[in-house]
Amino acid sequence: MTTMSDPQRGSFRLSMLLNDTRYRSYTFQFIALLLLIALMAFLGINLVRNLAEAGLNISYDFLGVPAGYDINQTLIDYNSQSSNLRAAVVGIINTLLVAFLACLTATVIGVIAGVARLSKNWLVSKLMSVYVEIFRNIPVLIWILMIYTLMTAVLPAPNAFRGDNATSSMVFDAFAFTNRGVYIPAPVWGPGSMLVVATFILSIAAIFFYRRYAVKLLFETGRLLPTGWPTLAILIVPTLLMFFIMGSPIGLEMPELKGFNFKGGIQIGAPLIALWLALSVYTGAFIAENVRAGIQAISKGQTEAASSLGLRPKRVMNLVVLPQALRVIIPPLISQYLNITKNSSLAIAVGYADITATLGGITLNQTGRAIECVLLLMLFYLTISLSISAIMNVYNNNVSLKER
Amino acid sequence: MSDTHAHTVTYVRETMLPQSAPPSTAQGPVKWLRESLFSSIPYTILTLASLYVIYVVLAGFLPWLLGGVWNTSNIRECREVLDGAAGGCFSVLSERWNQLLFGIAYPQDGYWRPTLAFVLLFVAIAPVLFSSAPRKLLVVTAVYPFVAFWLIWGGSLLVPLAALVSVGVGYTVYSKLVKTSFAAGLAGGIVAAAVIWTILGFITPSLSGVLALEEVVSRNMGGFMLNMILGVICVSLSLPLGILLALGRQSRLPIIKMICVVFIEFIRGVPLITLLFVANVVLAYFLPPGTNFDLILRVIIMITMFASAYIAEVIRGGLAALPRGQYEGAESLGLDYAQSMRLIILPQALKISIPGIVNVAVGLFKDTTLVSIISMFDLVGMIRGPILASTDWNGVYWELWGFAALLFFVVCYGISQYSQWLERQLQTDHH
Repeated sequence: MTTMSDPQRGSFRLSMLLNDTRYRSYTFQFIALLLLIALMAFLGINLVRNLAEAGLNISYDFLGVPAGYDINQTLIDYNSQSSNLRAAVVGIINTLLVAFLACLTATVIGVIAGVARLSKNWLVSKLMSVYVEIFRNIPVLIWILMIYTLMTAVLPAPNAFRGDNATSSMVFDAFAFTNRGVYIPAPVWGPGSMLVVATFILSIAAIFFYRRYAVKLLFETGRLLPTGWPTLAILIVPTLLMFFIMGSPIGLEMPELKGFNFKGGIQIGAPLIALWLALSVYTGAFIAENVRAGIQAISKGQTEAASSLGLRPKRVMNLVVLPQALRVIIPPLISQYLNITKNSSLAIAVGYADITATLGGITLNQTGRAIECVLLLMLFYLTISLSISAIMNVYNNNVSLKER
Repeated sequence: MSDTHAHTVTYVRETMLPQSAPPSTAQGPVKWLRESLFSSIPYTILTLASLYVIYVVLAGFLPWLLGGVWNTSNIRECREVLDGAAGGCFSVLSERWNQLLFGIAYPQDGYWRPTLAFVLLFVAIAPVLFSSAPRKLLVVTAVYPFVAFWLIWGGSLLVPLAALVSVGVGYTVYSKLVKTSFAAGLAGGIVAAAVIWTILGFITPSLSGVLALEEVVSRNMGGFMLNMILGVICVSLSLPLGILLALGRQSRLPIIKMICVVFIEFIRGVPLITLLFVANVVLAYFLPPGTNFDLILRVIIMITMFASAYIAEVIRGGLAALPRGQYEGAESLGLDYAQSMRLIILPQALKISIPGIVNVAVGLFKDTTLVSIISMFDLVGMIRGPILASTDWNGVYWELWGFAALLFFVVCYGISQYSQWLERQLQTDHH
């Protein structure tokens, strides 16, 4: 029998390249590879010819040349004499800033809306469904532009805050909402403020260790230490003590109306706020759906079994439902974070100086280095995406069900 | 026992009491209110807060909507008519209606053409979307792309007709040859279509006046029509491409798999706006010198690539969700790769993937607004550019953005509702 089904060796014919499954896969792959190489060659030759025709070359020298334009919202030193590379770095930092802020608020909004959608309160759950459906089904670009309009066309100009019978007033004398942006108090770091910050960081570490100790004690002896109020106490008391011992080194600089505009404090430009809010509420609607799906994925039997073990409702939630629901929620949550980062490229629509607006916008238009700029831009986003996917894979491997 | 018991008890009820109605607090609307709105103090506070939110939103929105002005020619007139009362200047919608829907440059006497194409779209997709629709409508679906092209872009009817004939001939050849081998059918079909197209290409230029509509170049497309064109074309093109990519990614052939993985991960890793930049400023460098196909086509290529990568991932999920037995069963029946995919695997995998595909389609349709950033005048581009910049309507923000939001909401919400309905229809696993 075996001799019959053995392939006949030494009698290779050309037709076997198409008809024999052992060789056919090589044929197909060879053809695919040839096509790919042909395509690449076609594009490459065209590129070389086009560049030669236009008298251009591929060069990254433009990165070192002064950018020649101003950026109104920067976290690092920058002026119009800084290089294009520095402008790109400013853009990267701005992208990461708005993405980070939007991820935080979108998560908060999404979790609240997702839980509220499952509420037994009919009105609340219906209200949240309306929120989710409205925000999910309208393009994020329209939301960004709408909130930007709200910030620039509806909020009062700084001079509305002036005079005895001003039409607008600051909130708590600390926050000013104007059409040039929102002004908030800025912290002033006096001598010794570093000690306060260090105390605060140490307190956070202390909370971590206290909680670990509480869990250890519970597992070893069964004694249950309180965690709620000690956490709060460790967080606040040492820092406050240090703050007063050092003689209140950290102060607040309030924004003040001087001349035509507010001075002092931190100015958050309207573009940043528009982008931040729009990305938060838009993505928040998607996260709400993920959260809802995650909680609903945990079967009722889990809750009932936990209750029948005598766990109180809070512990049922913390120890049984949430750990399982998080496994369902976190992967889509992370891909929503990725979406926020990618959608933050819409900053260019409202003039927020993120990487797309600096490197892919003004630098590209001024230097004419289209290929290089777009390539660097894609490389930046690719790096972010791939690193987040890598983190997600590690996480998935850690939490995936260990089947025995 | 029962005897003694009977003696000691003085009264025994022998008939059942009639059921009495539940107390008024435990039935009807009162019960519903108590349970779903006011079951506890925190819930009551939540309910009152929600009612307040609804009141605030409606109190701001309704007077604006109901007190709106619909028939003035510019914002100053509108403000005069309103005279300080609450109300929207909706006259911007009635005055700029055609611009919002068709853009600036589309010929005015040709507005019926995209409208007709839009109406026909529903006829064409009905048999695809609803299995209860008459099967004969599939003919309309097959013919629709050519008719829609002719209606929107204009020119002689002969060009789309030639394309239709070539595709028809190609399909006939394919269906003849596919019985022997899928690869032969595919190759034969493509060759036949190309041959017919080339032959007809010699004939049509000489008859260019036949049944010709006024020709409209792509850059004159605009408004919501542009969003619809991009959305419909890119979704329908990216679906087959996405299937191919998903199959390639699942393939056992390492080179093909690698090509697909790199393509998918690259596209999914970058934002659409960078791809649109590529379409706008970079793509021209990679094409033969002198070729100059228009921006809308370049954008269609890029958006299609973008969407197909996402659809591929959705379909890969569907393929992975199929039990191994389906693959093995198909193989043990002696089906080759093309047959087993076409007849066994893909029908099931696509069914699982429908909700995901619809999500991608909705996302894609929303993303068509991004073309406004590379200065194409879609709905958002029209509003930001010509309309808000004009002295007549500078300052009418909410009416315009509200209109744009409403249009997109209607379409996207409609699609997602359809997807949920379809999911219920296709549910076969209710044991």
